[in-house]
Formats: sequence, structure tokens, C-alpha cells
Amino acid sequence: MKWGVVRFPGSLDDGDALHALADVMGQDARILWHKDESLGGVECIVLPGGFSYGDYLRTGAIARFSPIMKSVAKFAADGGLVIGTCNGFQILCEAHLLPGALTRNRSLSFVCERVWLRVENASTPFTRATKLGDVLRLPIKHGEGLYIAPEDELRQMEERGQVTLRYVDADGRESDAANPNGSMRAIAGVANERFNVFGLMPHPEHAVEPMLGGTDGLKIFQSIAGSAR
Amino acid sequence: MSAHPVSLAGEPGVDVEQARAFGLAPDEYRKIQEIIGRTPTYTELGVFSVMWSEHCSYKSSRRHLRTLPSKSELVVQGPGENAGAIDVGDGWAAVFKIESHNHPSFVEPYQGAATGVGGILRDIFTMGARPVASMNSLKFGSFAHPRTRFLLGGVVGGIGGYGNCVGVPTVAGEVMFDEAYNANILVNAFCLGLVRKGEMMSAKARGVGNPVLYVGSATGRDGIHGASMASAEFDKESEAKRPAVQVGDPFTEKLLIEACLEAGKTGAIVAIQDMGAAGLTSSSSEMPSHGGLGIELDLDQVPLREANLTPYEILLSESQERMLIVAERGREAELQAVFEKWDLHAVVIGRITDDQRWRARWHGQVVADIPIGALADNAPLYDRPAAPPKIQPSAKTSAIKHPETSKALRALLDSPNVASKKWVYRQYDSIVQSNTVLGPGSDAAVIRIKNSRRAMALKVDSNPRACALDPYLGAVGTVCEAARNVACAGAWPVGITNCLNYGNPERPEVMWQFIRGVEGLRDASIAFGAPVVSGNVSFYNETEGHAIPPTPTIAVLGVMIDVARHVTQFFKNPGDAIAIVRTAAPSLAASEYSALFGIDGGSLRAIDLAREAALVEGLVEGSEQGLIRSAHDIAEGGLAVALAEACFNPRAILGAEVELGRAGNADAVDFFGEGASTVILSMAPTDLARVEKLFAGRGLEFAVVGKVIDDPRLKIGSLEEDVSELQRIYEDAIPGRLRGDD
Amino acid sequence: MQVRVFVTPRTGILDPQGRAVESSLQSLGFKNVSRVKVGKYITLEIDARTASEARDEAKKMCEALLANPVIEDYRFEVDGE
Repeated sequence: MKWGVVRFPGSLDDGDALHALADVMGQDARILWHKDESLGGVECIVLPGGFSYGDYLRTGAIARFSPIMKSVAKFAADGGLVIGTCNGFQILCEAHLLPGALTRNRSLSFVCERVWLRVENASTPFTRATKLGDVLRLPIKHGEGLYIAPEDELRQMEERGQVTLRYVDADGRESDAANPNGSMRAIAGVANERFNVFGLMPHPEHAVEPMLGGTDGLKIFQSIAGSAR
Repeated sequence: MSAHPVSLAGEPGVDVEQARAFGLAPDEYRKIQEIIGRTPTYTELGVFSVMWSEHCSYKSSRRHLRTLPSKSELVVQGPGENAGAIDVGDGWAAVFKIESHNHPSFVEPYQGAATGVGGILRDIFTMGARPVASMNSLKFGSFAHPRTRFLLGGVVGGIGGYGNCVGVPTVAGEVMFDEAYNANILVNAFCLGLVRKGEMMSAKARGVGNPVLYVGSATGRDGIHGASMASAEFDKESEAKRPAVQVGDPFTEKLLIEACLEAGKTGAIVAIQDMGAAGLTSSSSEMPSHGGLGIELDLDQVPLREANLTPYEILLSESQERMLIVAERGREAELQAVFEKWDLHAVVIGRITDDQRWRARWHGQVVADIPIGALADNAPLYDRPAAPPKIQPSAKTSAIKHPETSKALRALLDSPNVASKKWVYRQYDSIVQSNTVLGPGSDAAVIRIKNSRRAMALKVDSNPRACALDPYLGAVGTVCEAARNVACAGAWPVGITNCLNYGNPERPEVMWQFIRGVEGLRDASIAFGAPVVSGNVSFYNETEGHAIPPTPTIAVLGVMIDVARHVTQFFKNPGDAIAIVRTAAPSLAASEYSALFGIDGGSLRAIDLAREAALVEGLVEGSEQGLIRSAHDIAEGGLAVALAEACFNPRAILGAEVELGRAGNADAVDFFGEGASTVILSMAPTDLARVEKLFAGRGLEFAVVGKVIDDPRLKIGSLEEDVSELQRIYEDAIPGRLRGDD
Repeated sequence: MQVRVFVTPRTGILDPQGRAVESSLQSLGFKNVSRVKVGKYITLEIDARTASEARDEAKKMCEALLANPVIEDYRFEVDGE
């Protein structure tokens, strides 16, 4: 499968995503430069973590106007697979490719730690290699990961199965203490209505090698690789 | 011959008083007149004052720093460039340095700490190395001091705010709280980079006629030499001109990292340096001077953030995220294209000359014309008088009344100096770049090298309480501790960088502390065969005549042959044997226990450096042979605290059953003593004999004291504690105190 | 023409900064304080012939970039109004 990882100015986990896909998984992955409009024929686009444009104004607000984002929007409209992690999730929300928004953590502090996530929908192209209710261990590292959407929209998203990952404790139970940023309904990852665009605050690309703290992130990428059109 | 430079309309006159206001001594002012053969212009005087400041010239410390060992077969670059470099194998050089940002962080903790991180990053990537890991050493006043919480929150926020945004993981550090730092906090920032050997960049200019390029943020009034602003000549407008706090822009820094590394690959860069302390002045004088050349600057080309900056302000500004580059003539456009790709602009602001003069033009006039060596390489050097303090620091003489052991253990785990620093380090991205094998929360950090089996271990340490008792032994002990921590992880200590934080060097007792500290650093560096390749001195850490305790901060770089053999501090398997190995008996001198309970800990013992080196060898060999399951150095809080910490395995907490037997009498000294170089090891019982041979064979005291147990209880003789309960105290100490005032 | 843009968290949207400031103010003794919101204040110059033209431009800017309607409200003032 051909993957493209978009590099915005201020992207930080672009190299990590490339390392996970190319070095660890042996996939055909390349960097896509934000000023280019060509997507180079890739089958999945990764919007990586980081602080694109310094996250000035609002996280992701400026990156969404990069030339490549026009192509990404068209690619998504044509049903192409797009995954955004952390800053990538924030950009997707700002670009209205995903519902909702991400704001300052409840604690007002940046938080870097490993969290547990429960799979709420295992039939999306991004979670197909997991089972409903599986608990994944992935790292988060962000200052603005509190997921917000209007209540009625949240209700519809839940009904349609768009809420894909939720923060839980080690036993898979929701609790206030297990919600690291105060996200509404403990939402950690959401898909769009067509289930071809997915955003999540945790970093699957940072959980692909046993020596670096686990391999649960592989399940996300393997799901995508298995969903190639 | 060009005409003499002139002072500009409206600038104050130049005389010995103005020089004094700029911090130059009358002798220094006379020497300046002698060197240039006339009275300097106002701009020139400002330039001399920053270049001859302690901070830039190392005029009090340089003759002592020269005594430090800086060579080994692994040294790729010793002192003299922006940072030092060590060969770490497989074609890689590790470039590293630590630097202080103490004074700015006390004034404005968030921006002070942030710009400290930014500055040390630039020292690394100007060497052509990609920054791969950061660490920091922080000293705050007592937790009870009203300003401490504000400073702690600001400094930690600033380090995270900057470091997280540039994509360099913060992987280790130390935080200490002591009333000795109430009025002078310390913020020492370390950065490590990796570069292919042979691809390193330099800060030494060559090539007459080569263009000088300015890259990065525009120049504003930030951080301009404060001393002059306090002088009386200034009118009421001076408020508006007061030196502004330097503000960091990590986004621009990230672009600079990528653009400079990419520009370096073109081969069109001759020399590159950060505009750090003394800004454009230091970078534009040091690069040509190191190459035996001169420079001519056209200040009208310098990008400005606000109009109407004077030449004095342009030259002395310390605006952040700016680089100066000497390029190959004719290849400017090639470099400019790389910077444009990253939305940065490179502007030619001068040329390299052969006349060894440092000349600046502005609005068609020459505003400064100085023999370049006088600025960069031949600043005054002082051999300041040194004398031990008349009254030796006397330890507290209260009656020795030891608290009950269980209470003492709990109180120590609850002390912010011992307790978990998770509240701090969870605010730092410690995993970006996918190399962090071992991050914050264990003895040393371990950073792998991709596509290699090798890894690097990093540790930063300081021990001001020991240095206050004996500045020589304290410094020796600090190096030993950092080296030992790196060895505990399974790495050979191969290089040292240091940040020497002291009071006012014009006071003989401070100078004596400094000299003794350097001697200790020298002797320990020789003993471990780990040269000092870079460093920084921070003097004048004092307020109203009260200096901080001598605080040499030492960072050690270790090299690990096989990352798969790295060792952590946590017990792994129930049934494993627990042993302690040490070079001497512990004592309560300079211990957290003594400080916490106000007990006279006595004086420091001598340190046998041969035994220290033997301990390091045994530890690394043991891990290389896969014999050691865990290794934890005993630090603040002594054996009992270290045993508890070894039980706090993040995967699953364990317990330990220990009888000190011939290793002690189970009194306060055994439980909570420090100072001895002691390591707690665990290993499979079947490997015990081989491990013992590693240490006993080197003449070190080795004693099997117990075993790891499944039941999460810590039993040391008659003491028995619930490990989860201890962990709760340990983890909640700092958050609990911060919640306190809410 | 100078334009001042005020961006604030939408009513009913969680505003952790506002909440932190509010509780801090109350702990300082300002017991009468409530409904604190922390937003952004942006100033900019628009090259426009009339205030109404500047207003139209400013509105477009707010909707395109300066505010995120999911979480933020905005209002602005044009010089001379």
C-alpha cells in the first residue's frame, strides 16, 4: 500500500509516522510537502502530529489552508483514506473533514503519558484489525486534546458509530480519572460519516516497537493496510 | 584608510564613567583606548562591554578551565566550537552541551527557560547535528517560599512549551528545592545531537570575500545590555527603551533546525553560529577571528522588527532564533533557496575581509572599527584571588534525635527532592523522534541510534549540599554519580559537559570554591577517561551578598554497545537476588535525611576514584554480559528510598525482602545514608556468583542482602511497609503541595 | 481602517481557562465574580474605502480563519463606529 505523510512547517511526528510505516512495517511510504498539490498517487494520507505553524491562533487553523489540503479534501471526498493523529486530528477538524473541535486540556497543561483506549467501532477501515471492546495502550502528548462537539451532533455521531476510540482505564472502564484531557464523552478518536477519514489524539506511530513501549499502534496501521481499495 | 568611526548624534559621551555604567572596570577602559588608539565610539564601547563581560569572555574562569582534560581517542571536537562532540560508533558523533539560563529565568520564568532551551538547541544544530534529546537541571527555592510555585510552573511550562514545539524529546532531568536558591534559581539546559562524522559544521570563517548571511527572526530591542539602561544620563524615554524580556518562538526555531540542516548538506556553508549572548556582535566577531580574518558589516541590511534601532541596539540585541552564516562566495542563492523553502529569509549583511578588523557601517558611516582579536580571542584574562572561607561551613549542631524509621522513610518519600517528578516530566514530550528507550523516571535516559545496535545513556547531576561542605569532594562526587548512573543503564561514560554555577568570582571565597570545583571535575574526568568537551560558567548567582552553594552541574554521555542489554532501575522478577555493591560505607553528610530532620551529618569522606572507576566497569560489564536485571544508584534518601523506588516498576509493582547483615546495622546511616557510591542490583540467583566476581574481583564490597518478592511489601529488617502506600506518598508529594493553595 | 476582533468561547462550551481564572479570582476574595471567559483580542488594519466594506471583509476573515464556529463566537469593531 502507498502512504503519504504530509509535512507541514512545524510537523514533528512526520518522521515517526514514516519510520513506523516504512522501517517497521515495510510499507511504501513517503513524505508529501505541504506546498505541493500532488498527492503522488498514494492510497492513504497521514496528517502527523506536531505544532503546524506553531499552533498559533488555534491548533491546526493555519495548516488547513496549506495548498496540499485542497487535494486532501478532494481525496477524502472521493473516498480516499485519511488519518490524522494529534495535530493531524486538529487540522482535520479545522478543515471540517471531521466534526467537532479540540481545545485546551482540562488541566491546562500539556500531558505526555500512555493511556488506555477502548475500541468502540471495530468495523471502520482504521480499526478493522481490532475487536469491539479491545483495550489499546497508546501514548498521548498534547496540550489541546479536549474533544468538543454540540450535544445533538455527539448523539448522532454515537448512533452512527463515528465515535471510534474512548479513553478508559486499564480494565476498559470509563472514568473521570481515566480521561486525560476532559474530552466530552471521553472521546479520543472519531471518524466521519463515510468512515474514510479518521482522527485521534493518541499516537499509534509511537507504539510500534516493543523496545519503545508496545505495539498496539500497529493495529491501527494494519487495519488501514488491510482496507486498501 | 577609512576615517575614524564617529559617535552618532544623541548618543551619550564616552568616558570612564560611561564605561563603568556598561560594567567595564577603569583598567579595562584604558586598555580599550590603548588597543584602538583613541576614544571608542558609544557603539564600540557597548560592543567591548558585552564581549569583555564575564558571560562572553570567561575572563575569570578561562585559565582554570584550560586545566580540564579535553582529549581522548573518542573526542571528535573539544572545547572551542559551539559544542563538543564524541564518537559514539557506527559513523556517528554525539554533539552535546549544557548551558545556564539562570538570571533570565528568575526574572521571567516561562520565557527565560524557553529561550534557554532554544539557545542550547542552536548550539547543537549549528554543528550540523540534529538535536535528538534534551535534559535539564533545575534548582528552586524551598517549596514553602511564596515565589517557588510561580517559578516552578513558569520554568516547567517554558521548557515544555518550547521543547515540545520543536520536536526534541526531553528525556531526563533533575529538580531540587532548597532555601539556598530562594533568591537565585538555576535553570541549566542540556541538548544532545547526532551528526555523521565528517559532516560536522564549524564556527570558523575562511575565504576572504565570502558573504555573511543573516537568517531567522528580525532584530528587536530584546535583551539589550541592561547595565547601560540603569545609568542616570537617560531621559524619561528610557522606560520605553528598557531591555525587553527575550521571547522565544519555537516555531521559527523548528524551521531553522530543518533549514540549517538542509542548508548544511549543500556544502555552501563555510561557518555558522547562533546569535546568542551579545547577539550579532559575538557571532560576527568570533567566526572571523577564529579563522584569523576580519569582517565588514552593513547594518542597514539587518532585518529589523521595529524601525529606528540604533547601531548600538542592532549589535547588542539578543532577539532569539537568529543565525549568522558565512557562505561560499557565489553560492548565496543556493542557500537562500533552501531557507525560502522553509519560509525563512537569508539576507547578505556583510563580507569576510583579510584585515583582521571588525568594522560596521550604518547610514553610510563607519560606526565601529576594532581589531577583531581584541573582541573575540584576546579579552582580558584574570587570575582572581582565591581563599577558603575563614569560617568553614559548620553543619547544624542540634542534638541528634533520629525519627522513627518508618516515619522517616515516609517523610523522605514525601520530600519534593526525593519524590516522583512526574508532575514535571509529564508536561514534556519525551518520546518524539522514536528513540527514547528509557525516558524520565529512571536513573539515566537511554536513547537509541536508529539502524545501529548502539545507544546513548544520559544523566545530569549536581550535589550542592556536598559542594557546600567541600567544593572539591562535592564536584568529584557529582561526576561519580552521573557516571555511575550512566553505567547502571549499561553504558560506558565517555564524555562530560558541565555548567558551573557559582556566586561572585570577585569574592576570594567564591573563586576558591570555583577553583576547587574545577579541580574535582578534572580529577574525576581523568579517572573515568571521560573528557570535558563543552561547558558553560555562570557566575554572579547571588543576591544581596548571599551566594548560592557551589553548584557544578555535570552531564555525562554514555555509550552502550547493544541497546537490547540496557538495564533499568526497577526490580523485574520475584525470586531474583538483591545485592548491594559499594565503594565505601554510607554517611549522613550532605544527605536529604540530615537536611529534612536538621541533623548534623558530619563531613564528607574522601573518594577513592580508582574504586569509583572499578564500580563503573563492573556495572557495564555486568549488563553487557546480560547478568544484571536491575541496577539503581542510591541517591537522595539513601538505601531505603532506593529500594522502594526499585519496587515501583511501572509494569507491575513488586516487593523486596532485605536483611542488611554484614552490610550494616540497620540504623539511620544504613537506611538513609548517602555519599557512598552504592548501587542496588538484582539478578537471577543462578547468576549471583558471576556478578559477585565482577565486583568482588575488583576489590569492591559486594553483599547479597535479600530477594525480590511478588507480594508488594518492602521489608528491611524489622521495617515492613506496603509498597503501594509508599508509592502513593512518593507520587502525590509534589501534586499534593501544588493543590494545597487552590 | 483599524479593526478590533474579539473571539470568545461560545456560551455553554467548556472553557477550562475561564474556569481556572474564575476560581483563582474567587480564592483571592472576589466572591462576586462569575461567568469568566478567556478569549482572544486581535487587531488588524484593512485597506478599505468605507467602514461597511471593512466590516464585510472582517466578517469574512472571522469566518474563514480567526474564529472556529464550533467553539467560538466573535464580534468586531471597525474604527470610527
